[in-house]
Amino acid sequence: MSKFLRRLAAPAVLPAVLFTSIIAALPNAAFAADAKLNSGDTAWIITATALVLFMTLPGLALFYGGLVKSRNVLSVLMHCIAIACLMSVLWLVIGYSLAFKDGAGANAVIGGLSGMFLSGAGTGALNGTIPENVFFAFQMTFAIITPALMVGAYVERIKFSAVLVLSALWLIVVYAPVTHWVWGGGWLAAMGVMDFAGGLVVHATAGISSLVIVKALGARHGFPTEVSPPHNPGMVATGACMLWVGWFGFNGGSALAANGAAGMALTVTHIAAATASLVWMCLEWRAYGKPSLVGLVTGTIAGLATITPASGFVGPVGALIIGVAAGIVCYKMVQVVKKAWKLDDSLDVFAVHGVGGSLGTLLVAFLCAPGFGGLGLPEGKTMFQAFGVQATGLIATVAWSAVATFVIVKITGALTGGIRVRPDDELDGLDITGHGETAYRLD
Amino acid sequence: MKFIMAVIKPHRLDSVREALAAAGVEGMTVSEVKGYGRQRGQTEIYRGAEYQVHFLPKVKIEIAVNDDKVAQVMEAIQTSANTGKIGDGKIFVYDLEQAVRIRTGEKNNDAL
Repeated sequence: MSKFLRRLAAPAVLPAVLFTSIIAALPNAAFAADAKLNSGDTAWIITATALVLFMTLPGLALFYGGLVKSRNVLSVLMHCIAIACLMSVLWLVIGYSLAFKDGAGANAVIGGLSGMFLSGAGTGALNGTIPENVFFAFQMTFAIITPALMVGAYVERIKFSAVLVLSALWLIVVYAPVTHWVWGGGWLAAMGVMDFAGGLVVHATAGISSLVIVKALGARHGFPTEVSPPHNPGMVATGACMLWVGWFGFNGGSALAANGAAGMALTVTHIAAATASLVWMCLEWRAYGKPSLVGLVTGTIAGLATITPASGFVGPVGALIIGVAAGIVCYKMVQVVKKAWKLDDSLDVFAVHGVGGSLGTLLVAFLCAPGFGGLGLPEGKTMFQAFGVQATGLIATVAWSAVATFVIVKITGALTGGIRVRPDDELDGLDITGHGETAYRLD
Repeated sequence: MKFIMAVIKPHRLDSVREALAAAGVEGMTVSEVKGYGRQRGQTEIYRGAEYQVHFLPKVKIEIAVNDDKVAQVMEAIQTSANTGKIGDGKIFVYDLEQAVRIRTGEKNNDAL
């Protein structure tokens, strides 16, 4: 029995109170409670931490930077890097504690304050088989990339001050609680929700919040017919490939161990990314006559986001199915958001990350079954019971993210005098008007 | 003296330079520019959204020549830049009033 639990525990769970108690009740409780430091696990998670940081710095920054026009590219790099800095500090001060420490009476919904400033961790404290400081740093890189994903929604028209305020509030009010629900021993963890590496925690939260921000912020000048095309598709592809490589740390590292579960997570991640890339490329080829580079690598990111929640639970065949589904559904949703809903989610954060993460979260309920080559359903659950838990997790995550982000945007607007730059500044570009710098100079 | 300005397709630059060298042209100025003529711009599609790109990349060549070389130079450019397809560009010829070689102070035809 504990074969499944061990798999589930290693990845998602973390030091959750919940699992500690379950495990204590088990006869075969050898894995977490009395674990010793494992240097193989530790080495891998240190490596994975660097890989995941590399996803944002510079992977995501370049991916997004190439998609905007040349007079805004520096502002996008600025957003991603400044968010990385600010989230790191906030994660140390309070984010980590709210996400992963015991919240006593409120533990179902939010963690406690005992881990503020990483107090008590030192170099000796362990989380499972790795030092707590390594676990902290690994999780910090997730807390960095998640608000940075939302940059793609508001590029080319948002005030820099609004980016900082919005991201900071969002980390505390949306990211930390949802992380606690799913990975920190909160109520969704208690229900046994499956989210291996962040379909709910990272992609669903960032995706739906992006739509809420866009609704309040408004579209870019000229949207939908007169906006500029991506200024540097080569930069887009460079960033996307860095994201792809970094994702091995994101999903493979979420096993929190150097073992077969990590290897399988890494393998299915790659298969899903490759498959979704090909599917997206072929859909564009058929629709427009040419297979495009931007389309190919957008498919990559869709595949990666979609496999994320499922990566520790499905097998290679499940990864193929997820890749195909990601390519088709995310491709369609880009059109739905921009053309039917007329929302300028500029770089398609919702369609790629929100939809992909949600799709993977729901599909894993079926694809984890041994019939699909998966690693097994949660103990004691049928496929449809598992689906019910996944759907509950998704609805709760989306609802909380949307409502909280709506309020956060209001507060941010009040604090920054409106979150949008002046129309003249938007036309001149955020690089020179916001940061006093120019990306490309003839000299 | 004449001043010849030609706008051509970027990938024809090397063959135009060779043809001009063969015609005895000893110097030129080249810039990367954008523009359109009858060809108009082009449509690019990213993630299913169509973008009208009005200005296309072109190369502008500027040459100063003696009057007796004008026909030959125009012929060289016209032949070497020609792909037979729309968007090949244009050649413009101006009267040139004065020229000075900065290093020596030589003037006009001596400066070319």
